[in-house]
Amino acid sequence: MFALSSAPIDQHPLRTAFADDESGAYVSFEGRVRNHNQGREVRELFYEGAETLAQNLFAQIEQEALSQFAIREVRCIHRVGLLQIGDKAVWIGVLAAHRGPAFDACRYVIDELKSRLPIWKKEVFIDGTSEWINHP
Amino acid sequence: MMTLHLTYYASLREQCGRSEETLQTDAVTAKELYDTQRVRYGLPWASNHLTVAVNDHMAPWSHPLNDGDRVAFLPPMAGG
Repeated sequence: MFALSSAPIDQHPLRTAFADDESGAYVSFEGRVRNHNQGREVRELFYEGAETLAQNLFAQIEQEALSQFAIREVRCIHRVGLLQIGDKAVWIGVLAAHRGPAFDACRYVIDELKSRLPIWKKEVFIDGTSEWINHP
Repeated sequence: MMTLHLTYYASLREQCGRSEETLQTDAVTAKELYDTQRVRYGLPWASNHLTVAVNDHMAPWSHPLNDGDRVAFLPPMAGG
């Protein structure tokens, strides 16, 4: 399951609703907005994404994770819009019978998400200038 | 002539001054379409710096276009 959200990410209901009796391990990753990047002070971040394409591509990553690691389910929410320092930008949750595959799959999913999902990030610096990250 | 629906994101949206448009084109491939739009909007990026999606799936630049396709040129991704 993948969604883009323009509302703040609240991990508590996501975590509470994400459980099954076969899963002894729940691992999550939460990405937050930090106040610096490559030596510059960041004031806020703007994210935008292509939702349907992102859902299609996340489904591929999810299938890869399910085939490579002994896990039961993966979920992910990614924020779009203007985010402030400390705001949650992404949440990933993984359920598995055991912790090892859950940790490994969670790492795999966030790494693949960063390079493959159509989500873009604009950093607004403390001096008011801004820059799209990774853009040529 | 085909009618295509284009969506622009992030830096491309800003550079083109719009987030979407519908246009008539003779472009045969996604690459031809991008090159046309690159000239039209003065886009600084060659296609090898971008990727392209057709009908919500990633496609090669050589992908042949069909009437009614939804095309999105994608800047390098930066989620997380």
